[in-house]
Amino acid sequence: MPTSKDWRPTAQIKTLVDRAGLLRTTRQFFAARNIVEVQTSTLAEYGVTDVNIENLTTEGGGVLQSSPEYQMKRLLVAGMPSCYQIGPAYRKGESGRWHSPEFLMLEWYQIGVTLEYLMQEVQELVAVLLKTRPRVVTLSIEQLLKNTYEIDVHTITPNELRAQCQRLGLTGETDEAERLDFLIGSAIAQLDHGLVFLTDYPATMAALAKTKIQNGHEVANRFELVVNGLEIANGYDELLDSEELIRRAECDNALRRQRGLRERQLDPHLVAAMQHGLPDCCGVAVGLDRLIALALHKESLSEVQPFPFRP
Amino acid sequence: MASYATNEFRPGLKVLLENEPCTMLETEFVKPGKGQAFTRVKFRNLLSGRVWERTLRSGETMEAADVMERDYDFLYTDGDRWHFMTTDETYEQIEVTIEVVGEAKNFLIPQARCQITIWNDRPISVVPPNFVDVVVDQTDPGLRGDTAQGGTKPATLETGAVIQVPLFVEIGDSLRVDTRTGEYVSRSR
Repeated sequence: MPTSKDWRPTAQIKTLVDRAGLLRTTRQFFAARNIVEVQTSTLAEYGVTDVNIENLTTEGGGVLQSSPEYQMKRLLVAGMPSCYQIGPAYRKGESGRWHSPEFLMLEWYQIGVTLEYLMQEVQELVAVLLKTRPRVVTLSIEQLLKNTYEIDVHTITPNELRAQCQRLGLTGETDEAERLDFLIGSAIAQLDHGLVFLTDYPATMAALAKTKIQNGHEVANRFELVVNGLEIANGYDELLDSEELIRRAECDNALRRQRGLRERQLDPHLVAAMQHGLPDCCGVAVGLDRLIALALHKESLSEVQPFPFRP
Repeated sequence: MASYATNEFRPGLKVLLENEPCTMLETEFVKPGKGQAFTRVKFRNLLSGRVWERTLRSGETMEAADVMERDYDFLYTDGDRWHFMTTDETYEQIEVTIEVVGEAKNFLIPQARCQITIWNDRPISVVPPNFVDVVVDQTDPGLRGDTAQGGTKPATLETGAVIQVPLFVEIGDSLRVDTRTGEYVSRSR
């Protein structure tokens, strides 16, 4: 039986009012840049193949979207100019101080810009919302792991990777991709305060980003923004090649099989749209609840979300 | 034995880590970008008291440790073993070695109500009450106004422990002592 105080929001009313102000500032930021606000559906027929994202499904058969990415890309193919969206995103099983199964996501796409341009724009938005001009550092994943653990991500052997992860306290059965995730996550936790853009991810972590050759190694042209040790944004120089999209989804499903997870069907609408032709663009997703929490000096998502669902 | 999955982890949970009983102090869900989710856990090893930090992939499980905490009254020591009895109607007695009693021995006076942690029917730690009243067995006569030693002097308690006490304390005085810090609080009569 719930107790009488359970009806109350976990966030203070003052915080929620301040939150509204930050959302207004965010919309003004995009209006000033002529970036169009769009609204796509949070409930759709297909989810994602990503190995580390599980979609929430509804009894009616729909899938709650883990990001508006696919539908926004379909809009871009159909002729929509650069656009942004602020809306809820859903991820099964993600629950903790900085995770919630439902969270507010800000996602935007800029047509015909470089990833560096988008990084600059993200930095400006963060500066506006945090009301500071923080120190900004850009580090490749190679540099991050070299600086933190003196290892070379491109040449490390599977045994060395396993040993390094064990030294850092990883226990239980893991595969190589999980160990790499763990190592990068551990290194991020060691980062200094301020804004850190991590770039040039290993090609195996490309997700929906293009890859490029950097110093003789294939790397993903994507970035992640870490603010005060907390991951805030994930940006891609968006993959345009639909054949490559299909190949990566097959890789996802192969890894899903290996980990005993259910395979997922790649959204055929996205494939068809990309076959039609996605304009050259860069896109970024921002965990807006987290950014709001940082701006308001809060220590958890539940302090900025009124009624967080904790299954 | 039961086991717990990462989504059941919470502070206070008792599990086996490297075959030793540990209690979880902090748990945090971490997930890098589009990467694998992990649960980072800080444990206190219940045998050594040391803090261990480990990270587990989401979905991993840990074996539950058969650990319980129970109240006992201290009875007596034969110099080798410390003897306790349950505080309920069962009158079960338990004997504990010096290694397990550890620092708690400094404050074990008869009837002191202690919390004993038991793992697989074996006592692994003894926590005395936060405050105990202990009689002074030995201390130098204090001189009023003597501040040369910062206003305190050593006193040997009936338990054999030596603590710093104010200069006015005399042999036979009963003192209230904070067992967590080992510090004098007041005279208790």
